[in-house]
Formats: sequence, C-alpha cells, structure tokens
Amino acid sequence: MRNRSASEVLGSSELRALVRQRWMVSLTLTAAILVVYFGFVLVLAFAKGSLAARIGEHLTVGIPVGVGVILFAWVLTGIYVWWANGRYDAAVASLKSQLED
Amino acid sequence: MEKFQTTLGEPNAISIAFFFVFVAVTLWITWWAAKRTRTAREYYAAGRSISGFQNGLALAGDYMSAASFLGIAGLVSLKGYDGLIYSIGFLVGWPIILFLIAEPLRNLGKYTFADVVAYRLQQKPIRIAASVGALTTVAFYLIAQMVGAGNLIKLMFGLPYELAVVVVGGVMIAYVLFGGMLATTWVQIIKAGLLLGGATVLVVLTLSRYGFDPVALFDASAVRYGDKVLAPGGLVANPWDAISLGLALMFGTAGLPHILMRFYTVPDAKEARKSVFYATGLIGYFYILTFIIGFGAMTVVGQEAISSIDKGGNMAAPLLAEAIGGTVFLGFIAAVAFATILAVVAGLTLAGASTLSHDLYVNVFRGGRSSEAEEVRVAKVATLLLGVLAIVLGIAFKGQNVAFMVGLAFAVAASANFPALLLSIMWKGFTTAGAVASIVTGTVLAVGLIVISPTVWVDLLKHPQAIFALKNPAIISMTAAFAVGVLVSLLRREPAAAAQYESEKLRTYLGVGAE
Repeated sequence: MRNRSASEVLGSSELRALVRQRWMVSLTLTAAILVVYFGFVLVLAFAKGSLAARIGEHLTVGIPVGVGVILFAWVLTGIYVWWANGRYDAAVASLKSQLED
Repeated sequence: MEKFQTTLGEPNAISIAFFFVFVAVTLWITWWAAKRTRTAREYYAAGRSISGFQNGLALAGDYMSAASFLGIAGLVSLKGYDGLIYSIGFLVGWPIILFLIAEPLRNLGKYTFADVVAYRLQQKPIRIAASVGALTTVAFYLIAQMVGAGNLIKLMFGLPYELAVVVVGGVMIAYVLFGGMLATTWVQIIKAGLLLGGATVLVVLTLSRYGFDPVALFDASAVRYGDKVLAPGGLVANPWDAISLGLALMFGTAGLPHILMRFYTVPDAKEARKSVFYATGLIGYFYILTFIIGFGAMTVVGQEAISSIDKGGNMAAPLLAEAIGGTVFLGFIAAVAFATILAVVAGLTLAGASTLSHDLYVNVFRGGRSSEAEEVRVAKVATLLLGVLAIVLGIAFKGQNVAFMVGLAFAVAASANFPALLLSIMWKGFTTAGAVASIVTGTVLAVGLIVISPTVWVDLLKHPQAIFALKNPAIISMTAAFAVGVLVSLLRREPAAAAQYESEKLRTYLGVGAE
C-alpha cells in the first residue's frame, strides 16, 4: 500500500477510522471532565452542605474532593497524551508514509 | 495574639535588588532574542523552536497571573474553602483545550486562532469579527492586569501608582518590541520557574511549622476561625450564577488569544499536545500550593492583619512570606509578583499586536498581500501602540474596581472566541455568516449583560437593582453564540467551505502541509 494520492488517502477507510477514533477518545474524555466538574459545581449550587461533612476532627470532605478534581483533570490529560503518542501517532505515521511525495 | 508588624509598603532593598536582577537578566534575553527575530514566523511564533516542556512552562507562566497568585491566596485567607472553587474553575479549562482545540489549532493555523476559523471561510469578514472578539478579550484582561500592577506595586514597594504602571509598561514594551515571541516565551519560562519555586518554598516553610501535615494546618485554621473556613461559604449564593461562572472559567480558558497563540511556538501537533499535559500539571500544582498558602496566611498572619493592609486580601501571600522568612523572603516574593505581572502583560500585548497586524492589517487591509518585512514592521508598530495604550488605560482606570474585568475577559473569550473556534474545527456545515453571527452575538451579549448585571449596574453604576440577575453572563451569551452560529449556518449553506472541510482533513489530522 505505497504511494497513494492525497485524494485516495482522504477517501480511505483508515483515515475515516482514525478521525472517528480521535473524536471518540476526545469526546469521551471531554464528557468525563464535564461530568466531574459540573457535578462538583451542581453540588456546590444545590447541596453545598454535603461538602461540609467532616472526615476528621475539623477536615471536611470538600477539601479532598476539590483537590481530587484538580488531580483528575491532570490525569485525564495524561491519558489522552498517552493514547495519542502511541496509537494515534502510529496510525498517522502509517498514513503519511503511504502519501506520494 | 499581638498585631502582626510588617515592612510591606516600604521600599525594600532586597526586593528592589531581586527585581533589578530579574529585569537585567530578561533584558539580556531580549537582546539575545532580538538577534534571532527577523521574520514574521520568528516574531509571532519564536520560529516554532520551543519544545513541548518549555511551552508547558510558558503556558503556565501566561496563565498564572499575579491575580491568581495574590488574589486566590488572599481569597482563601479571608474566605477559606471558597478560594478553591475558583482554582478548580481556572484549571478545568485545560483538558478542554487539549481534547478539542490544541492539535487542530496547531495544524491548521499559522499565528492566531483566527487563522483556523478563517481557513475555509471567507477571510475578510471572519478576520474582522475574530479580531473584535480577540481584542475585546485582550483589552479587558490587559486593563485588569495594569491596574492590578499599579496597586500591587504601590502596596508592596511604596512606589507611586503612575510610576509603577509606566515601569511595567516600559519594560514589557522592550521585551515584546525587540525580542518578539522568543523573548516573551523565555520571560514566561523564567517567571514560571520563579513563581513555582517561590510558592513551593513558602509552602514547605509554612508546613514545617505543622509537622509537614497539611491537615494540622487546616485544623489550626478551623480552631482559630471556626469550621466554616473548611466548607463552601457564601461565594456561590445563586446556583445559576455558580453554573454560569463555571462555564465562563472552563470554556473561557480555551478562548484566550494569548494562550492559543502559544501553540504556534512549538514545531508540531505532538509537542502542542505534550505542552498541555505539562501546563495542566504545573498549574494544578500551583493552585494546590496557593490553597495551602492561603490557609497559612490565615493562621500564621491572621485575617485581621491581612484585611487591614488590603481589604481584598491581596497581600496575604507576601505577608505570610514575611512572617515566615523575614524581609529577605518578602523581598523575593514581592519581586516574583512584579515579574509575574510583567510577563503576563507582555504575553497579552503580543497577542493583541498579532491580531492587529496579522489578522487586520495583512489579511483584511492588504488582502493577504504583504511582504514579510512589512508584516513584522506593522506588528512592531502595533506592539508599541498597544503598550502605550496599556499604560494610558492603566492610569485612566486608577482607583476603579476592575476585578470584574478578568471575569468579563473570560466571559467574552468563552462566548465570542470559543464557540466559533470549536464549530470551525468540528462542524463541516459551519459557514462564514454563521461564524460572524456567532462571534458578534457572543461579544455583544457578554459585554452587554455584564453592564446590566449586579457587578456593574449595581456595584459600579450604583443603580438600586440589576436588570440582569446573574453576575456572569456565560450561560446565556455562550449558549446563544453556539445557537446563532448553528442556526445561521443552516439557514444558508456554503458548499465550498463544506467541501474544503473534507480536503483539509490531511492537514487537520495528519499535519500534512501544516506550517
């Protein structure tokens, strides 16, 4: 499968699959951060008392939850980069190698 | 407990020395960068020579403004937990940038985010509309930073307000005018290192008093000021306000022109992607430090002492530095805050200048026909004009409450810039008319609704009752911008643009032909 023209690559099932997979991963991760963040905001807005629940002598559950949201956001970026550096870049390299110069 | 004594506000020799070292080093970098900044690619995008990790630091540097360092530490010191709510909102926009924006932006664009929106649509109308959104965002952000700079420097060094604004403006102009993006990036990197290092030392010294146990610190603050400081308080009284603010913070980050512009400084989409991972980690770490610094200031310095020096609590972090590390450490932290302001205004000015020169002058006024040398010359003139304008506005807004302007900048970015950018990346059917309508709707609604909101209508203009009940308009203005963009595009199709959406996929996803 060498030397395909740009329009052949554009019409290829590999590119279509790559684009579909890229958005599936991106949108799933986007949904994850939206659910967690707006979940947090909605609890703040409608049930903030639950964040005041004690888990120590004075410590409230709100503090680990808040720090957890920050860590969760970072872990999600890590998952995406790990996926993209591996699977996505390999597929991109394969498609690019088929393109005529 | 005896009243806390501070030397804050008196000229501090150590801090002035630190500051001069910082300015000397950064001006030397500017001189070094100036020799490597000839072409437009070098001026706007540092010749695409920045690595993913370096750009991660620079992005973090652009984003961690003095407002977030001093402001959030202050908010936490006075209100406790509520400060964390802001930190989280400021952070969660970064994954959105990575998942939806960063790579297509890098592959399709050249210097500004308008490059991406205009890529398959008609250049002139898109560039004009996108410039309005970008310049509105930059202007509000810049005014807030300049006024903040004047006030903070006056508080910290006892320097007259006007002089402080002129010093910040002058040094910043030197960076951007001569050193372009290369100098601006390295100023950001150094500043990010200083800020993260300074905050880390401050946290370690604070926690050393509590056996390196953050929980012991939280307990101590609860003992002194009651358990309420560890739970959400009155900051989010209206649920809809909380959601609207959340939207503005999250999606505004993905529409800030000076942040988006940074993705053009790296060689390819892979480095762009990596840089967001580093930036998110560094910014998240920084916000967690700020949270601890706030509680440290609350407990070690005391809320009464903090608010007696500045009602908004902005001096909490410097006061904690003095209480824990003496005048030397206060001098260091104050100089870091000064450096932070300088770096952020430099980034904003460069983003504004590239909009004026690349989007408006080259692509609208000259119809894309302009030589490299001419474009760089115009960009430098624009830098000078914006820098002088920033100084003038900074002085003109002296004594005004401009805190709402940062919120407004995020609301405009989320409503005017983000919807058009996202739709142009994700939706084949997006049209020129749809993009223009979306940007105009987002800008006008965001600015208009803020004017009639409690923040401006009641607090600033002293009317008894606000016409629009929410403090942040994003829930209306961003939703409307998306809806108008889609509806107008559906009303009349643009087949040429839709066809090009297909053919540009090699560039969007494979980076073929990316600049």
